[in-house]
Amino acid sequence: MSNFISLWQAAITFGTVILFGALGELITQKSGNLNLGTPGIVYLGGIGSLAGAFFYENAVEHPSAVVGVIVALICAMLASALGGLIYSFLTITLRANQNVTGLTLTIFGSGVANFFGGSLNKLAGGVGQISVATTSSGFRAVTPLSNLGLPGKLLFSYGFLTYVAIALAVLAAVFFNRTRMGLNLRAVGESPATADATGISVTRYKYGATCVGAAITGLGGVFYTMNYIKGTWANDGTMESLGWLALALVIFASWKSLNVIWGSYLFGILYWLYFYIGGLSRYSQELFKMLPYVVTIVVLVVSSMRQKKENTGPAALGLSYFREER
Amino acid sequence: MIDLAQTPVVQMRGISKAFGPVVANSKVDLELYPGEILSLLGENGSGKTTLMNMLSGIYFPDEGQILVNGEEVTIASPRDAFALRIGMIHQHFKLVDVFTAAENIVLGLEGSTMLDRKQVAARVRLICEKYGFDVDPDQKVYNMSVSQKQTLEIVKVLYRGTDILILDEPTAVLTPQETEKLFKVLKNMKADGKSVVIITHKLHEVMEVADRVAVLRKGEYIGEVRTADTDPQELTNMMVGRSVSLNIQRPEPENPTPRLVVEHLSVKDSEGVMAVKDVSFTANSGEVLGIAGISGCGQKELLEAIAGLQTAEPGSSVVYLGENGEKAQLVGLSARQVRAKGVALSFVPEDRLGMGLVGDMGIPDNMMLRSYSEGKGPFVRRKGPRKLAAQVVKQLEVVTPGLETPVRKLSGGNVQKILLGREIAAAPHVLMTAYAVRGLDINSSYAIYDLVNQQKQQGCAVIFVGEDLDVLLELCDRILVLCSGQVNGILDGRTATKEQVGLLMTNLHSKEGGAEHE
Amino acid sequence: MNKSNASKTPLIRIAKRADMPRWKGWLIRILAVLLALVVDGLLIYAIVHLNPVEVYRAMYEGAFGTSRRAWVSIRDAVVLLCIGVGLAPAFKMKFWNLGAEGQILMGGIATAACMIYLGTSVPNWLLLIVMAVVSIAAGAIWGLIPAVAKARWDTNESLFTLMLNYVAIQLTSYAVACWENPFGSNTVGIINQNNMAGWFPRLFGQTYGLNVLLAVVLMVGMYIYLSHTKQGYEIAVAGESQNTARYAGINMTKVYLRTMLISGAVCGFTGYICVAGASHTISTNTAGGRGFTAIIVAWLAKFNPFIMVIISFLLTFLSNGSAEIASRFNLNDYAAQMIEGIILFFILGSEFFINYRLIFRGKEDTHE
Repeated sequence: MSNFISLWQAAITFGTVILFGALGELITQKSGNLNLGTPGIVYLGGIGSLAGAFFYENAVEHPSAVVGVIVALICAMLASALGGLIYSFLTITLRANQNVTGLTLTIFGSGVANFFGGSLNKLAGGVGQISVATTSSGFRAVTPLSNLGLPGKLLFSYGFLTYVAIALAVLAAVFFNRTRMGLNLRAVGESPATADATGISVTRYKYGATCVGAAITGLGGVFYTMNYIKGTWANDGTMESLGWLALALVIFASWKSLNVIWGSYLFGILYWLYFYIGGLSRYSQELFKMLPYVVTIVVLVVSSMRQKKENTGPAALGLSYFREER
Repeated sequence: MIDLAQTPVVQMRGISKAFGPVVANSKVDLELYPGEILSLLGENGSGKTTLMNMLSGIYFPDEGQILVNGEEVTIASPRDAFALRIGMIHQHFKLVDVFTAAENIVLGLEGSTMLDRKQVAARVRLICEKYGFDVDPDQKVYNMSVSQKQTLEIVKVLYRGTDILILDEPTAVLTPQETEKLFKVLKNMKADGKSVVIITHKLHEVMEVADRVAVLRKGEYIGEVRTADTDPQELTNMMVGRSVSLNIQRPEPENPTPRLVVEHLSVKDSEGVMAVKDVSFTANSGEVLGIAGISGCGQKELLEAIAGLQTAEPGSSVVYLGENGEKAQLVGLSARQVRAKGVALSFVPEDRLGMGLVGDMGIPDNMMLRSYSEGKGPFVRRKGPRKLAAQVVKQLEVVTPGLETPVRKLSGGNVQKILLGREIAAAPHVLMTAYAVRGLDINSSYAIYDLVNQQKQQGCAVIFVGEDLDVLLELCDRILVLCSGQVNGILDGRTATKEQVGLLMTNLHSKEGGAEHE
Repeated sequence: MNKSNASKTPLIRIAKRADMPRWKGWLIRILAVLLALVVDGLLIYAIVHLNPVEVYRAMYEGAFGTSRRAWVSIRDAVVLLCIGVGLAPAFKMKFWNLGAEGQILMGGIATAACMIYLGTSVPNWLLLIVMAVVSIAAGAIWGLIPAVAKARWDTNESLFTLMLNYVAIQLTSYAVACWENPFGSNTVGIINQNNMAGWFPRLFGQTYGLNVLLAVVLMVGMYIYLSHTKQGYEIAVAGESQNTARYAGINMTKVYLRTMLISGAVCGFTGYICVAGASHTISTNTAGGRGFTAIIVAWLAKFNPFIMVIISFLLTFLSNGSAEIASRFNLNDYAAQMIEGIILFFILGSEFFINYRLIFRGKEDTHE
């Protein structure tokens, strides 16, 4: 039983990182931009929150957790939205190739994050590992509901961002399906020429969706940094692999934000399953770690075999749009 | 009856528009009155669509004025046009496939943040009732037939509050029954006081639905008549104009013998619709066989099926008869197999840079597009193609900065010369060209006619798909007229008149199963 | 009349450039790189307060300062070049092979397996050949899998190849766990340290001489393949348009499979060079993100292997140079990736100014 609880909790934790990442990428992709920079943006969000909290905690004598959390969130979202802005400027305004630009953003984001994550403390004249304990405790604070025995442990033992992620996914579903803006945004991703003909500004929607999407993706990095590794830094590449999984989840969820919720927790379970299956040798554990990727591949192939209209991505995904000049 | 004394809802005065060196409209005047259906008539490339695109905000005129309800207006975007209650339905529908009808209708409209689907559906139903449309607000577009999509486009425009509705070739994709339904709707709208412009080149439709007809020819305004005061013959004359002498040479065919015998050829297009129906004809050596027809009535599929690029339906037959009496059935063979059989069949497709040539490559590399795999060994031989490229450039006077300049950077005429040059260099026994002079200037066009005649004199069977009737009448020995994918007649190029061809193009002879007329 | 017209003309219009002399295009790219170097210099200055000129001198010393360092840089650039060469045919065909990481690792595992299991039981020259063949096969299979799905069901190849990277990484972890040496270190250690079985022999008196030779062979071979063979010609046509390929009688499925087989094979072979010719070990870092960097190398070079040499060396100079700066200032060497990212952003952006020109309002010219 305790094994199950800890698998559940681990799955929710990693699932939340993936959920933020996938949700942001989903919003971006709805506008027709395939941003392969997701891992880079997760990194930027993570380092943004860490740097913000670090400078705040160093600047005041008695840092408050609440202020730390706010500072960290703002810095993280700014940093990751900046990543989205670079991508937008290059692909939309300067018409660079989306895939290549996205990959470059991943290289850049991981470089920036790991460089500052490893060096920030030293640059500020400190020694040893960077740590923002106060802010992290704010992120990890739980309500008394978590003491309610098993349900408390399963449902209420997580930091507030976990619930924010679910709420955002639900909100996104409402946005896409019930609002005019959401409809317009989907039209931009499906058929930019049609959207353009009805007077929708394709450029504005693409920029907006990509930057807002990036800001949300960045929250995944915040959650990893503040909740999972408790306000420190680790450059073991986990954030990057979670970022790629988030990208895959968008397809797995067939571009529906409600599917992203359970999909991300499922990915979380698949990610940690090896740890909780009894009797696995060290070798076979490594093989079990493939699971989320193999499952994604299977889903990818099966969905391409079926080719149902609703389950494929936006029709103009990955294509640049320029109004035809004759 | 329309009262011509009242103020027109739209007046276009002296409108001109050019795309680079090509003049699409030159000083065109047009008036549209409330409660009328005006038909804008003209051949392909006569500038009908361009003119209407300026009214709906797609293009901006180079010169001229547009007045709506007597006031001068600037229409710089579709949004401006909507604000003036002008809506246009394009030939290629602008709909989002995965959206429902209702979603497509409200797309891009201002309004409350949240979308009230019920309210939208209610208003859509109201419009449908009023004019007799049949639209299910919750149906997805990809589940719709072409006619349903068109209806949706019309409802979409009406939902935005349109008084002036422009339809670009609305019947091109409809069955006769669907056309009837559309016309009924248009008449309802007219009764409601709305003005309708219908762009078309089908005369019987004009006679049936329009109150007035305005005719354009080669970008110029020719005149207008009331439908009641005219007949198809007069309209044809206005549309095609008096025969213009182009002085294209037409050498007498030298002992023509059958080279390509096509029998009962049927081809489906990419949508699965029968595009070519039971076509039979013979192409003779030493002869130019012209193919006339309004655009999209099966020319492309016909040529591609003969060339082995599309699959023909069972029962089709295309037999090649060689100079020395050899016979080959081409149906069922791929392009490469046709080649391997020693059938020298050259094909100049309509889409020059998207199919006939590789835009990013230079001239030599393009010369070997269809022959690169010949010869032994894994390497391509560039010596021949390079020599050929130089030869084509010299003989056809291709203007290019260098042989290796990517061909997509060259002008249309030069691109066509390169393509034709390559196909002719293969010493073809059958040469098929699709719209060989489209978009070319006069000099390039004559150069192409000369090349075609050269081939003819060398004993090649030339199939020349064209759109300019004057050219077809002067260049071709025989003219096959296609209408809705069927052969509607084969005329002698020396005796046929423009009017004859025009009528055959637009009025299908009642033939079994294909009665579009009546 | 033109009044209302002018007021509606946007401030800046974008028009396709008809043609631009090649030298001018390169000038723009060089300017972009210089601009990026200035930005990078300022960034480094802001972090370590080192005079930007000093920065680049230090970087140069770091990358090429001593003959040993120069050879390390050459070794690294050569790997990047080989991957870029491998990716070129796939990308030229517009097949987004983002799976070079995985293909390298598969080649690497195959190589390491041969080194460990065959060791000194066969003559070294034979071992080297067997390793090469096995690594090529492993990479080719890894490249072929997504190509089959693409040809059959039009499966999105970029995500498929991306996911295969992680499958390959886990296979590598599995292999590392199996071959762990010494026990508990979670690494394979240097394979065959005492007998050097399966190590590249020294060539021209240089440790990495054979690496360079193989890369040159690959580069020239790929250049010839792409521009002088029938198959290379088919790739170029297929990448341009499906319709043109149909017109030319090219079988797309065949071209997809064959090209990805080759692309994967070259990447697998690069894994062989990495393991047998450089690190003599295998780990999940054997590819180390270079599979991604090389995509950008190939893309920016427009798939011309000779231009890839220049870009590979530029990127290696940056990364090894900034590693030097980082170690001098006790910082971590991820600075290299950051600097690399900025340079790539600038080069990517510069392409726009090569392909398009901006027309400002009022400066209309009728020149087409």
